Amino acid sequence: MNPSPRFIFQTILLAIRQIRAHKLRSFLTTLGIMIGVASVSTVIAALTGLKDQVLSEFESFGASKMFIFPDQPDRAGQNRYPWREIKLKERELEGLVENCPSFEQFSPNTDFRATVIHGRKEVPNINVVGIWPTWHDIENRPVIMGRPFVEADEIDAKPVAIVNDDAITELELPPDPVGSIIMVKGRRFLIVGVIETNRTGMMSFQPEQTEIWVPFSTARRMQSPWSFFYVTGQVKSPDLVDEATAEVRYVMRSMRQLGPDDPDTFRIEAIDQYIEQFGKLATGITAIAAGIVAISLLVGGIGIMNIMLVSVSERTREIGLRKAVGATPSAIMLQFLLEAVVLSLLGGLIGLVLGQGLAFLLTIPEQGLQSARIPSWAVALAVAFSAGTGVIFGFFPAMKAARLDPIEALRHE
Amino acid sequence: MIIRVTNLRREFTVGIETIHALDGVDLSIERGEMVAIMGSSGSGKSTLMNILGCLDRPTSGTYELDGKFVSGMDEKELARVRNEKIGFVFQSFELLPRTPALANVELPLLYADQPGDRRARAVRALERVGLADRMDHRPNQLSGGQKQRVAVARALLTDPALLLADEPTGNLDTKTTEEIMRLFVDLHDEGRTVVIVTHEPEIAEWCTRVVRLRDGLIESDRSVEPRR
Ligand SMILES: Nc1ncnc2c1ncn2[C@@H]1O[C@H](COP(=O)(O)OP(=O)(O)OP(=O)(O)O)[C@@H](O)[C@H]1O
Ligand SMILES: [Mg+2]
Repeated sequence: MNPSPRFIFQTILLAIRQIRAHKLRSFLTTLGIMIGVASVSTVIAALTGLKDQVLSEFESFGASKMFIFPDQPDRAGQNRYPWREIKLKERELEGLVENCPSFEQFSPNTDFRATVIHGRKEVPNINVVGIWPTWHDIENRPVIMGRPFVEADEIDAKPVAIVNDDAITELELPPDPVGSIIMVKGRRFLIVGVIETNRTGMMSFQPEQTEIWVPFSTARRMQSPWSFFYVTGQVKSPDLVDEATAEVRYVMRSMRQLGPDDPDTFRIEAIDQYIEQFGKLATGITAIAAGIVAISLLVGGIGIMNIMLVSVSERTREIGLRKAVGATPSAIMLQFLLEAVVLSLLGGLIGLVLGQGLAFLLTIPEQGLQSARIPSWAVALAVAFSAGTGVIFGFFPAMKAARLDPIEALRHE
Repeated sequence: MIIRVTNLRREFTVGIETIHALDGVDLSIERGEMVAIMGSSGSGKSTLMNILGCLDRPTSGTYELDGKFVSGMDEKELARVRNEKIGFVFQSFELLPRTPALANVELPLLYADQPGDRRARAVRALERVGLADRMDHRPNQLSGGQKQRVAVARALLTDPALLLADEPTGNLDTKTTEEIMRLFVDLHDEGRTVVIVTHEPEIAEWCTRVVRLRDGLIESDRSVEPRR
């Protein structure tokens, strides 16, 4: 049979009437699909919102940022490339600053753990970071009180420190701590400035945490001889990332006197690579969510199959009558298949609405997502998969109905 | 000749036993006849009707309906024949529950590819059986006689060549039985071929011919002067 549009339309109306006649039963049946689609679309909506947010965050702290790390070329080369040679040197840092015109500025970064004392308050294991004054610009973290680091701090390796506002509470500093003295690893430091704690986005889940910055040269003197540093560079514009990479490579390789066949003993990373990594993570989570939806559709589908089998057996006489007045097996098949599809589609659509509602709730709290919308591809997939579930799990009951013998069906009690 | 069956057999296998419900029936019915099929319980009346109505297929023998051999047709072709050539009326009405009379009557047209205004045809059919004022009533709001009228209207809808009724008044009282029989007589007078299975001699009186079955065979077959 080649069903006419009119026949399909009538059959869909019939399915809707059938579902309305058994509202509670239909609702309970599609609950599985509903919950499955709702939870997964919430996850996807949240993930999409998170992704947008993270990307814009990356952008705000600079799509034009690059990092230079010391790097072991491979494991086998451990003896050929000892760590002491691979570590970045101050000399190399100078070389980068002088010979990389694509960069606006550089700052080294190094850190060590230290016990910090203020008066009677002693806090162990605080991360102390050594930086250049350029760091404020590169990371876009100006001071909110006092002053930033200046050239003189670096040149003279002054015992000055900048703290974040968390430190004020944790170290029990006065509300304006500029001018206070703290002890870091047994040395006296004068606090010259305060920086706002970075609490946006991904880092927002962290508990209160003290951060202390000191001049790079000061930090180097307090570190163990094995410690190392990495370099952050700010490229003049994001379009120059490739050129900037080439410059760094050239400078580093020539200063390290690497031959043409020698591998790099350092690693250059641009912020895009992190964006890419985050993208992969998001894809992974989406795949897991897809797995969950597959399971819930399976469970929901079994519910649909069950109720369709009940429906076929309840309506055996009706099927017999329809056949008696001229319904072909395929017409009966289509009737029950469409009923299963409409049922599961309904579940899928309600699930989508619920999912969007739940995703919206995630945007309400202040620390929540800025936006969370189910992307249109996910809507399309949810619709397609729930309809598919109807077809697959409605098939067996529909076939059972189509194969009924009209006489036996009409005799059914 | 609208119906011609030859050496029709229908066997049922129950466990190891074989029941010969029809044991070689030969029967021809002319267009415009009104035939009563009678016989004791278990004589094979319903079995014959089901085969005539293309709801069942014979084990052997041939069945020619309106010039076409039905015996060799597949499910799909049989469905079409049922839709276009046959109107079947059942003892227990077989109306769709919770469905208005009009929608019940319209049902066969859902499976037909005949053009035209379906609703208007259903309305006419209901008017024809005298239920113009009951179109929106559901089966549970109708009396037994009214239900059977709806079923007759449904059987008439595709303007079939043959009207088959298996004990159509079996569930009705005497007064209603007479109403339904008058309806069948009217339809016969309009030129339709009607075959009715019945136990009751009073019903057979309305017919032009009475066929008696016994143990799957035709025991007697005679034309009679119908009561009018
Ligand atoms: N599906 C079936 N399976 C097994 N036997 C059957 C089946 N249908 C009918 N029979 C048998 O065939 C014989 C004829 O049955 P049928 O229903 O045609 O009788 P009937 O003349 O209509 O009887 P009644 O007047 O009681 O309706 C009976 O013996 C019955 O038991
Ligand atoms: Mg019978």
